[in-house]
Amino acid sequence: MLEIRNLHARVGDKQILHGVTLCVKAGEVAAIMGPNGSGKSTLSYVIAGRAGYEVTEGEVLLDGENILDMPPNERAAKGLFLAFQYPLEIPGVTTHTFLRAAMNAQRKQRGEAELTVPAFMKVMNAGAEKLGIAKDMLRRGLNVGFSGGEKKRLEVLQMALLEPRFGILDETDSGLDIDALRIVAEGVNALRSAARGFLVITHYQRLLDYIVPDSVHVLSAGRVVKSGGKELAHELEKNGYRDYVADAA
Amino acid sequence: MNPRVAQIKTQAETSLAEFFSARASTGAHEAARQKAVALFAEKGLPHRRVEAWHYTDLRNLMREAWPLAAPAAAKVAANDGLRVDIVDGACAGLPRALPAGLTIRALRDVLAKADAALIAQLFPEAGSHDSVVALNAGLARDGVVVETAAGVKIDTPIELAFTTGQGAPRSDMSRCLVIAGAGSSATIIETHASAARAQRNSALVCWLGEGAGVDHVFETTDASPELHVASLIVDVGARASFQSFGFIAHGDLLRRQCFIRQSGEYAKIGLRGVCLLKGKQHADTTLAIEHAVPQGESRELFKHIIMGEASGVYQGKVLVRPGAQKTDGGMKSQALLLSDDAAMYNKPELEIYADDVVCGHGATIGELDADQVFYLMSRGLPKARAEGVLIEAFAREAIEFVGNETARARFEETLSAWLEARS
Repeated sequence: MLEIRNLHARVGDKQILHGVTLCVKAGEVAAIMGPNGSGKSTLSYVIAGRAGYEVTEGEVLLDGENILDMPPNERAAKGLFLAFQYPLEIPGVTTHTFLRAAMNAQRKQRGEAELTVPAFMKVMNAGAEKLGIAKDMLRRGLNVGFSGGEKKRLEVLQMALLEPRFGILDETDSGLDIDALRIVAEGVNALRSAARGFLVITHYQRLLDYIVPDSVHVLSAGRVVKSGGKELAHELEKNGYRDYVADAA
Repeated sequence: MNPRVAQIKTQAETSLAEFFSARASTGAHEAARQKAVALFAEKGLPHRRVEAWHYTDLRNLMREAWPLAAPAAAKVAANDGLRVDIVDGACAGLPRALPAGLTIRALRDVLAKADAALIAQLFPEAGSHDSVVALNAGLARDGVVVETAAGVKIDTPIELAFTTGQGAPRSDMSRCLVIAGAGSSATIIETHASAARAQRNSALVCWLGEGAGVDHVFETTDASPELHVASLIVDVGARASFQSFGFIAHGDLLRRQCFIRQSGEYAKIGLRGVCLLKGKQHADTTLAIEHAVPQGESRELFKHIIMGEASGVYQGKVLVRPGAQKTDGGMKSQALLLSDDAAMYNKPELEIYADDVVCGHGATIGELDADQVFYLMSRGLPKARAEGVLIEAFAREAIEFVGNETARARFEETLSAWLEARS
């Protein structure tokens, strides 16, 4: 489903990814763990297509198609979704207007009919309720004045509404208290299916108690240095990243 | 030998001086006219060494003065609703019927009656030092006088529709007067079009009595004159509220200058606007707000969105006179530049001579936030659409202050169409 092949990328003059290779199959949840500065967020931005991240080598295939030449919106329409570590605040654009614009933009690019307002309201309200998002939040400016936890819940709501083929969660656990973590994890788990894949980027093993991964990969100095099953996360929690940082160096 | 070093007159200045002398004595307001003529003779057209005109060098930009439009036909059409037509600077259409408490008359008829009090109000001190206002005072012969009686609420907006007839390039000058009686309220919508190439000099003078409310809208149309200086001169009495919104999306060269004086306590002033500029357009919004007495409030919010090689100017000056304690002023001017060649000159100014006041200003010039654009694109919005969403949000913060719903909807539509044409 998502195949990352020998991915090298840099920001400005700084080479950050030094040949990441990783394959996530449909139905699989892969976790990426790693110390600060190992390239986790860079990897997510490169896959989503953020400007300023230059791919110097390698490719990223979604369902066999290289997505690296596509603008971010086309990647989204192909079914890629990135839940941001720091969702952006956009004053003047109400959350529900934004959600509807996003859903309809993707439908349009896929040649599907746009959602009517009542149909949209119905799915949005149902999704918001599941994630404990108050209706008045949806009428406010996008992420404006939202707490860290509210922003992350809204990211998961967006993912639920957009029904991507593949979801990347970039440190979705940061800034969440334990209750919010559970709600967010339940939201993600509800989206797990045989046809959908996930890449879960996190510092800590805690999130993986709630979103149990099929595989765990350690990223260090821009490379995957170790892969294993979910028990690898527990080992990292116990021993830290020291061994892998040393390996890479 | 004459010891004074006289500035060489430009062709435009020479023509304008000839227009002055060609005008016959105007009778009742001849004194005001002569004063204006003398001021213009001394100052000429404003240029970049005149601070208030630094970014719009009219002397250089206005190479020639087109002939004054011929006096319009004496016949005045009867319009539906509360629409007034000012064609070639002359009143050419008045409402067929008026609600009780509202009077609208052609300025030429008012001048003919030589009402000294009205004439004094027609030529206020505020703004009179500006040579373009002086030009208007010296050459405008007509316009309209709108009066609302005390306590009357006029629900239907009064539309002042300015245009020209067809034909050769021309200049048109008009002066309009609004006198809002104590406790009255009205909405004035000023629209500007032109059927010929035109240089327009329009002045609107408003006096707000105690507790009066005037909601004013200034808007360009897709047939706006090539060169237009629009002066707004307002005196806001005690507890009165004057709100003005400028929506500028057309015209090659536009200068909107507002001279607003708070003359009564607890008065509120709100000046806001949106400018959408492209191509080689140039729009200058210059405000001079004077808090002459205590307890006044003023708010300014201006948004410029500029692309191509267009340029925008915002100069907002708030003057707090000695003794004007408890003045509460807040000014914000923000510009979004969408191309490398777009330019914005942003100059907020506070001049405060009272010690117990709250006044603040903020001015920003920037580009679209690339991270916000990426965030929206990552959700499936194509680039142009993502940028459009952000630009609309930027403008909407000001547009939502437009009190008149029809005008607000019109501005939102114009904005959408403008953004559509961009991509």
